[in-house]
Amino acid sequence: MKEQNPIEKKQTEESRKKERKKSTIHRILLCIRPYLPMVILSLALAVISVALQLLVPIYIGDGVDVIVGKGQVDFPALLRILKKIIFCICLTAAAQWIMNHVNNKITYRIVRDLRVQTFHHIHDVPLSYLDANSAGDLLSRVITDVEQLSDGLLLGFTQLFTGVITIIGTIIFMASLQPLATLIVVVFTPLSFLIARFVSTHAFTYFKKQSAARGDVTDLTNEMLGNLKVVQTFGHEQESMEEFAKRNRELSGYSLKATFFSSLTNPSTRFLNALIYDGVALAGCLLCFLSPFGGAVMTIGELTSFLSYVKQYSQPFNDITGVLTEFQNSVASAARVFELLDTAGEPADDSDAVVIPHARGEVTLDHVAFSYVPDKPLIENLNIRVQPGKRIAIVGPTGCGKTTLINLLMRFYDVNSGSISVDGTDIRHIKRMSLRDNYGMVLQDTWLKAGTVRENISYGRPDATDEEIIAAAKKAYAHSFIMRMPKGYDTEIEENGGNLSAGQKQLLCIARVMLHLPPILILDEATSSIDTLTEIRIQKAFDDMMKGRTSFVVAHRLSTIREADEILVMRDGHIIEQGNHEELLRKNGFYKKLYTAQFERS
Amino acid sequence: MKRLFSYMKVHLLESILAPLFKMLEATFELFVPIVVANMIDRGVSGKDVSYLIRMSILLLVLAACGLVFSIIAQYFSAKVATHTAQMMRDDLFAHIQTLSWRQIDGLGTSTLITRMTSDINTVQNGVNMFLRLFLRSPFVVFGAMIMAFTVDPHTAMTFVVAIPLLFVIVFAILLITMPLYRKVQKQLDAIMRSTRENLLGVRVVRAFNRQESEKKTFDEEASGLYDRQIFVGKISALLNPLTYVVINLGIVAILWLGGQQVYAGALTQGKIIAQVNYMSQILVELIKLANLIILLSRAMASARRVDDVFRVVNGRKDGTAGFPESETGGASIDFSHVLFHYEKDAEPALCDITFHADAGSTLGIIGGTGSGKSTIVNLIPRFYDADSGSVSLNGTDVRTIREKDLRSHIGVVPQKAVLFHGTLRENMKWGQKDASDQEIYEAIDIAQAKEFVDSKGDGLDLMIEQEGRNLSGGQKQRLTIARAVVRRPDILILDDSASALDFATDAALRKAIRSQMGKRTVILVSQRVSTVRSADQILVMDDGKLVGHGTHRELLNTCREYQEICESQMTAEEIQADRKGDD
Repeated sequence: MKEQNPIEKKQTEESRKKERKKSTIHRILLCIRPYLPMVILSLALAVISVALQLLVPIYIGDGVDVIVGKGQVDFPALLRILKKIIFCICLTAAAQWIMNHVNNKITYRIVRDLRVQTFHHIHDVPLSYLDANSAGDLLSRVITDVEQLSDGLLLGFTQLFTGVITIIGTIIFMASLQPLATLIVVVFTPLSFLIARFVSTHAFTYFKKQSAARGDVTDLTNEMLGNLKVVQTFGHEQESMEEFAKRNRELSGYSLKATFFSSLTNPSTRFLNALIYDGVALAGCLLCFLSPFGGAVMTIGELTSFLSYVKQYSQPFNDITGVLTEFQNSVASAARVFELLDTAGEPADDSDAVVIPHARGEVTLDHVAFSYVPDKPLIENLNIRVQPGKRIAIVGPTGCGKTTLINLLMRFYDVNSGSISVDGTDIRHIKRMSLRDNYGMVLQDTWLKAGTVRENISYGRPDATDEEIIAAAKKAYAHSFIMRMPKGYDTEIEENGGNLSAGQKQLLCIARVMLHLPPILILDEATSSIDTLTEIRIQKAFDDMMKGRTSFVVAHRLSTIREADEILVMRDGHIIEQGNHEELLRKNGFYKKLYTAQFERS
Repeated sequence: MKRLFSYMKVHLLESILAPLFKMLEATFELFVPIVVANMIDRGVSGKDVSYLIRMSILLLVLAACGLVFSIIAQYFSAKVATHTAQMMRDDLFAHIQTLSWRQIDGLGTSTLITRMTSDINTVQNGVNMFLRLFLRSPFVVFGAMIMAFTVDPHTAMTFVVAIPLLFVIVFAILLITMPLYRKVQKQLDAIMRSTRENLLGVRVVRAFNRQESEKKTFDEEASGLYDRQIFVGKISALLNPLTYVVINLGIVAILWLGGQQVYAGALTQGKIIAQVNYMSQILVELIKLANLIILLSRAMASARRVDDVFRVVNGRKDGTAGFPESETGGASIDFSHVLFHYEKDAEPALCDITFHADAGSTLGIIGGTGSGKSTIVNLIPRFYDADSGSVSLNGTDVRTIREKDLRSHIGVVPQKAVLFHGTLRENMKWGQKDASDQEIYEAIDIAQAKEFVDSKGDGLDLMIEQEGRNLSGGQKQRLTIARAVVRRPDILILDDSASALDFATDAALRKAIRSQMGKRTVILVSQRVSTVRSADQILVMDDGKLVGHGTHRELLNTCREYQEICESQMTAEEIQADRKGDD
């Protein structure tokens, strides 16, 4: 019984996997559904173009048949046939082009819709989901996975449709020409299919090894070239070169095998197809003058048509193998996209939620308990009452959980029990938009958009006038450096402020909040990465902002801490001490220790 | 390009044989239509069964030979390609190691990494496909035409019209669509940027209630991508129908012209079939050829980019003198009118810097980001050379000292705490290759890292992940300090490398260096007053200029910039006390 367990488990897992795959395919079909008329059109065009394409060899055969020999050419008949051929090819070409266009339209629309949906959903899901999944992973779902799905769909529409129709059509046409020779083709072609499979599975193992080895080489390259200066500082060049050569040799070995084995597919399928062609040519020739089962012999024209069918027939098989692998990848990618879309969005605002246009700034935390993981309590029984205009400093070593508090205040996360209220109203009964409107936030982890300086400052109030923007920048001590930039307020900021220093980025973030100063502030003081002069400016800007506003400051500077009305001392996510500077020093607890370690002179 | 061929020359035989065998394979393929034509003309009309069987065996032999030749060719080309890439990677890696910091700055490490990885991969692919196809495809296309001429020059004239026409169609479509596809890619990049930006800034977006407008922007970008995709799709979808039409019109022409020839008795039925077959053979190879050309142009661009890196040569002359060791230990440092420029900056990073530090003394350097602190220390181990002026150790200009000797006497703790994948012991041995466990432990102790290393329980076998991901910032920093200390250098440089340490640890570290390392010149670069205040001498840097120079107390009384820095980090009472000097 016990021994069976894992097997059973595996089976159920397998069946679940299949189930999921099935439902994913079902979902993909649902995405296609709105475009059903176009899909039908595409199918119809595929049938038309394939049928016409298959007719052409017959006409060519007919043509050959009217050219019998010297003085035996029926020119009027030939002309008729050639006209038919020209008509067919023009129609085929038109049908093919329209079909491709329709396929593009279907695929790219589905993909656009899906991408827009996922992006919208990212803004609707709770932050807990975004925090739990890395940005890179989510990004690859919106970009790479959706792209993969698009490739799969497109190939599916273009090659799978036409491929299957071509195979069926060819068999019908061939059978109508010469059933016996058709049998040779139908029986042997799958063989080339098998060989291709055999070769590709073997090559695949080497490909896996190759990519592992390539990963090793890339790792070392990243490590040693990414930190080249350190390598040179310690004169470690020789060692890293030796290690590189070793890994490189390994990569080269696997790479050779992978490249070679995968390159065998084409020659070997070509060989098999040649054999089939040979067989058909022989059988066909014989059938031109022998008739084993009675009946009419084949004409030479028919043989010509037949031979060209043999060629057409084997091609779609190769295409379809490619499509199937591609499609498998697409289903896996689609599953990842759907998984994101299936995440429940943030609960909607209560129907009776209120709007607070401009809060007085009284913030109360009442018996608040919170944890990210159910069995790891983080904040327990936290009580803070902040009068309007007061200043709260949050201190503690890095990673002590100050972001958790910000998460709760801004309602990025909801408390597990207890309540947080602004001006006496539980924040869960305030419309999210309205709550967040009352907060101004400047984090150390500065975030700017790719766009102009102006766009970034007016991010919170896109309708602000130039005068207001400049006034805000001046108040944030950012005006002077902005004016020194090549295009002033119209300077394009690179993605995430790549062309700005850390201090400049923070000044812009401050200006962004300055533009519409809300009654409650959440500020994160800079640590050492900012140069001293800029830091002094930031501090001044912070001080200006905080005047008369309720503020929560993640504090690193002595003066901020000492001037705070209340200090929250955090450690490992807990608030362990609470009070003003003098009270806490008297307590002789963790704050005292922290204070001496950080600020007392040794 | 030259370099690429020189690598291929190493496998000269394979490089020549691969395309040749591939061509042989194609030759056999070209015989097939003729054999089939003969089967029809002689076998069928003569009802000669044995002839037919002989011919079909011939077809079989042709196919088998084709298979064997093709396999040999594939092997040779795979071998040449992978080995070329291997040699190229080895050489490029070695070459990059020799670059100067100025050159590394100019190229950028991320560029170097892409050259090493994806560019060389592209080259490998290109070489492989080049060897396989560059003779075969043109050979089949023109071979088919030549064969058609040998069969019947009259009908073969269709090839003369069809082939250039096909070339024009295929290349025109490729040339038109290539820039359009780049546009599609660019738009996709824009979408990617928006998504990444929104994911990283989701808190800010929500804090400012900008979700709806972000969604709208994204919708527009997604629609822009759709429009571009459809546009380029319309053009590239022309390729198949157009080539199909040309090929089949060619066949129509063959039938018409062939019909006249047969009527005149100059041609047989079987030969017409052969011509038709040749015509259909062209298309596949032509498309292969077009793809090969795209692939090759990409590979050439990559090869050129790799070559660009090879062309950057570190022309700096190495010194010949040994390290000028002093009897007392440590080394004195002299900067004399040093001027230094980073390539990309308009303003000099260091402007007329002159100072002297005694052997065995402690030198503090303070100033804001970009003020030139790190630049000063980078000139000492010759990571950069001064544009003018000189840097000397114990009176010897660093440019005359052998680089290897120079650097082995200097221990640098870089700003960015970088450790490497491997054990703690391996990492520590970067500092001193033959360091004993005892020496390593001593260094770890000095660097205040003993406590946490012990707490991990693996001793020196502690596994460190790439970039030291499994350690905290402060832990990494202490280990990088230990790595430099293991070397027992004459000059120990800590380049803002205690920023992640709290004040108490920072102080203990400085004390340990002083008391346990004997007489060494120590340079402390920092933004913190507390780190440098007890140094024998402090340099105050502002915007590449030396604005203050002296002890903590002297500077408090004389240097305005220093006072400003102190005011932001200390209380008024403390400053007052320090100024008076009743320490």
